Amino acid sequence: MSSYNFLVVDDSPTMRQLITFALKRIHNSQVTEANDGVDALKKLSGNKFNLILLDINMPLMDGLKLLSILRGNPSYNDVPIIIITTEGADVDREKALKLGANAYVTKPIQTNELLRVVKEFLKINE
Amino acid sequence: MSSEEKDIKEAELFKKVEDFLQVFKKGEEFTHELLKENERLRFKIIKLEEDIRNNKKQVDNSQVKLLKDTIAHLEEEKNYIVNKFKEVESENKDFAARYVEVEEENNNLANLYVASYQLHSTLDIYEVLKIVVEIIINLIGAEKFSLMLLDEDVNELVAAASEGVDKSEIPNIKIGIGVVGNVAKSGESYFEKDFEKKRDELKEPLVCIPLKIKEHVIGVLVVYSLLMQKKGFTRVDYELFSMLAGHAATAIFSSRLYAQSERKLSTIQGFIELLSGKPKPK
Repeated sequence: MSSYNFLVVDDSPTMRQLITFALKRIHNSQVTEANDGVDALKKLSGNKFNLILLDINMPLMDGLKLLSILRGNPSYNDVPIIIITTEGADVDREKALKLGANAYVTKPIQTNELLRVVKEFLKINE
Repeated sequence: MSSEEKDIKEAELFKKVEDFLQVFKKGEEFTHELLKENERLRFKIIKLEEDIRNNKKQVDNSQVKLLKDTIAHLEEEKNYIVNKFKEVESENKDFAARYVEVEEENNNLANLYVASYQLHSTLDIYEVLKIVVEIIINLIGAEKFSLMLLDEDVNELVAAASEGVDKSEIPNIKIGIGVVGNVAKSGESYFEKDFEKKRDELKEPLVCIPLKIKEHVIGVLVVYSLLMQKKGFTRVDYELFSMLAGHAATAIFSSRLYAQSERKLSTIQGFIELLSGKPKPK
């Protein structure tokens, strides 16, 4: 049976807990949390993640900056990245997708909807 | 030829005729017998043919009956299966609908659990206020809002935290004055029905939730506008508001009490050290 490693990057502990809570419903899932872009880069080094869930508005390094760094690195080029943000404008969505995000989910999130998107990327059919 | 020879020849001829007649008679008898046998066999064939015809009819009839019975049985079985299939199909639809409901309920419970867990995870008043703000942004989807706490000395609501609008822009509100003041006075939540209505956001908020400990209002959560993707409130939003009304109030109240007790403890410790002459540890 496959195991899945997720990285959740969000400065809000509430959001991190909510997303982690949802992802743990996938069998054999491991969730690593990071509270900003810099923390995420530390957690990324030496670890392999199947999918990254990324907030945009964060201190130190925001989600879009981290996204462009990851897409410029061949090691993380093919890791699916889902943006989870309060920014609901089309221009923000297009910007994130152009930078290489695979999906764009706006807050407040529906955890079952988020799980559906995650499972779609990982081709999980539970 | 002498007459004697002639007689002999005649006698021979006569004997030959006799023999021939006898052979002929035997042949006639044999032919009769053959004809008789033939007649008997023909009769037998006709009888057998008749028997076969009768038997066949009987066999045909019983087979048809058997097949008809089988068809009727199969038809009955088919109807049973079709009905069962319809039953299962409707049950399946029911299960699918219930699954969606359970998933939604699960989702709602997760939100409530996380919000409640976070609210009670600290006794630091600033942390508690930060968590309330996070919950309102991330779980409810508010864009502009404030958390107004009651200053009992002046009986006014004062903005303790806000998002999307600066705290300094939010005027203090007297109890019983305006929408927010009336919510603080009555202890009843307020929800604006018309989201599209043009309004002065600070004076006519969308939502006001009193933060209550039992019947005692300690503040009001005021939502002025929602995120652009949030078009209205769902059932879980009302549950979150209701949860916030009680849990946020308790968390804020507990953290304030804790801060007060910490201050008092520190003062008492200072006095004890002063009286006992022991130096205060650095």
